[in-house]
Amino acid sequence: MALVLENVSKSVAGELHIDNISLQLEPGTFNVLLGRTLSGKTSLMRLMAGLDRPSKGRVLMDGKDVTGLPVRKRDVAMVYQQFINYPSMTVYKNIASPLRLAKVDAAEIDRRVREVAEMLHIEDLLERLPVELSGGQQQRTAIARALVKDTQLLLLDEPLVNLDYKLREELRIEMRDIFKRRKSIVVYATTEPLEALALGGNTAVMDEGRLEQFGNTIDVYQHPQSIKIAQAFSDPAMNFVRGEVAEKTVKFGSAAEIPLQGHLFDLTEGDYQFGMRAGHLHLNRKSAADVAFQADVDLAEISGSETFVHVAHNGSSWIVQRQGVHQHAMGEQVEVYVDPSRLYVFNRHGERVVSPGNFQEVLN
Amino acid sequence: MKKWEDNKAWFMVIPVFLVVAVSAILPLMTVVNYSIQDIFGPDNRVFVGLEWYQEVLSDTRLHDALKRQLLFSSLVLLIEIPLGVLIAMLMPKRGWGASLSLVLVALPLLIPWNVIGTIWIIFTRPDIGLFGAAINALGVPFDHTAAPFDAWVTVLLMEVWHWTPLVVLLAYAGLQAIPEAYFQAARIDGASTWATFRYIQLPKMRGVLTIAVLLRFMDSFLIYAEPFVLTGGGPGNSTTFLSIYLVKLAVGQFDLGPAAAFSMIYFLIVLLFCWLFYQALLKVGTGDKS
Repeated sequence: MALVLENVSKSVAGELHIDNISLQLEPGTFNVLLGRTLSGKTSLMRLMAGLDRPSKGRVLMDGKDVTGLPVRKRDVAMVYQQFINYPSMTVYKNIASPLRLAKVDAAEIDRRVREVAEMLHIEDLLERLPVELSGGQQQRTAIARALVKDTQLLLLDEPLVNLDYKLREELRIEMRDIFKRRKSIVVYATTEPLEALALGGNTAVMDEGRLEQFGNTIDVYQHPQSIKIAQAFSDPAMNFVRGEVAEKTVKFGSAAEIPLQGHLFDLTEGDYQFGMRAGHLHLNRKSAADVAFQADVDLAEISGSETFVHVAHNGSSWIVQRQGVHQHAMGEQVEVYVDPSRLYVFNRHGERVVSPGNFQEVLN
Repeated sequence: MKKWEDNKAWFMVIPVFLVVAVSAILPLMTVVNYSIQDIFGPDNRVFVGLEWYQEVLSDTRLHDALKRQLLFSSLVLLIEIPLGVLIAMLMPKRGWGASLSLVLVALPLLIPWNVIGTIWIIFTRPDIGLFGAAINALGVPFDHTAAPFDAWVTVLLMEVWHWTPLVVLLAYAGLQAIPEAYFQAARIDGASTWATFRYIQLPKMRGVLTIAVLLRFMDSFLIYAEPFVLTGGGPGNSTTFLSIYLVKLAVGQFDLGPAAAFSMIYFLIVLLFCWLFYQALLKVGTGDKS
């Protein structure tokens, strides 16, 4: 029942949209495609669905080659960023439409439509038209339409982007529960690292049409293979400082130095990039082992109950994520502290050398 | 105090109100004025009440013109709306083909109305006109100056040729505004071309098509230039539509009173039909049966 992409490439008008991707997705799994806009998420989904034919490579479903098979002969459903429903049909008819086209008998249609409608809490809206619904309800209808057919492959292309914050949270939690109970392969595209973490399952990090890393979401977050992946899977962006390892110590320029210990112990001599997540930087010392850096405040950005302090250290910009609301004047001199056991280490080619051991933070 | 502040907005409306008053309401009042008086000279007029209205409403030539007009406008809508939608659907969606087809389609709209008449007179002439001569050569007798039916068909052809492009442009704009994801969704559902048209394209074009129907109805109901240039309402009365008859009455016979009463009735008919169309189009396809 697995969906397999074998060295799949897609170019449109001489431009490479998908660059040699191989990927295997198992039934009953939830898979997140994480990447910026134009990183190839939608193109990849179109190839999976059969809306487009790959320029190179093969697509296999249950071991059968389905590369050239048109979308209507495949067993897929898709939900889009825009709320796509048939405008002149009621919610009921909208949800029933894939079953009607598949010639399912009326009693069965009725049973399944009511079942998914209930699951998505739109059972009271069945006689309404899409225009009479709120954005969230329209998207619920679209999701119900995708779920009703019980397809092997379910594609969700940034389905929550156009909803407001509250609705997004609500629907995200519901979706996680709904998909947990299904046998389908679910693929969910998003640009937001935090959304990927909240949804769990597996994550495939994409960048410029290439698949950078695929694996268990927590694993990928914890052990990004490269700086590029760490950047893509970090919100706010990861902060970096150059460091030199010699004689069992790390020297961060002339600013600070620490002895090699913990996960850093085995580092060989040479130049490294040390990555620090914004949430691991502090403006006050937490323990005696912390490394301290001098920095100047550029800007303090208050977002809800958190403050993002943008600081400059030695020419590089960092972001310190602080709990609570804090005021900082521009140009204020601060000391930035980080626990050495939280450091991600990348070599000069941007490849991961070591990452912090235990993962304690998932989501607050 | 609150009340006064809220009402300030009315001052902002005064300029528009003045423009509308001078351009629409005052002339309309003049017509109302004429329609209830018998005018013998500038200082010699008699109030006659609804006499002109009674006279006009029992005028059989007006009845004929109205029937002719209704048939004409119905045919115009029945031909132009589906034809316009069809052409819009066949036009390329992007690339140079889209620009080219837009220019070609818009050409008839750029030609002055009286020139359209002249073009078609020549085009349909049985002796030298490309269309007229060709159709005669095929063995179908055609002469718009002599046969009432031929004249009628020619006016209809002119109207369709001139104004279908407007419907095409509106429908095309409506089609272009549909997000690509709708078509993808339909493909994934396995919907046929017809189902895609019926359940996505047509409902999504509803707004622009409502405007197209209203515009084409109003315009065709007020048609004047085409039949006037072609035959002046003939042969016989075959192309004497409402406005042609109105002008004959007002300018030809100088019956200002009846003509004014006629204008009022004409105006109310157009208003009534537009309202009916609008109401119907608001409801169609929404499942609202009331």
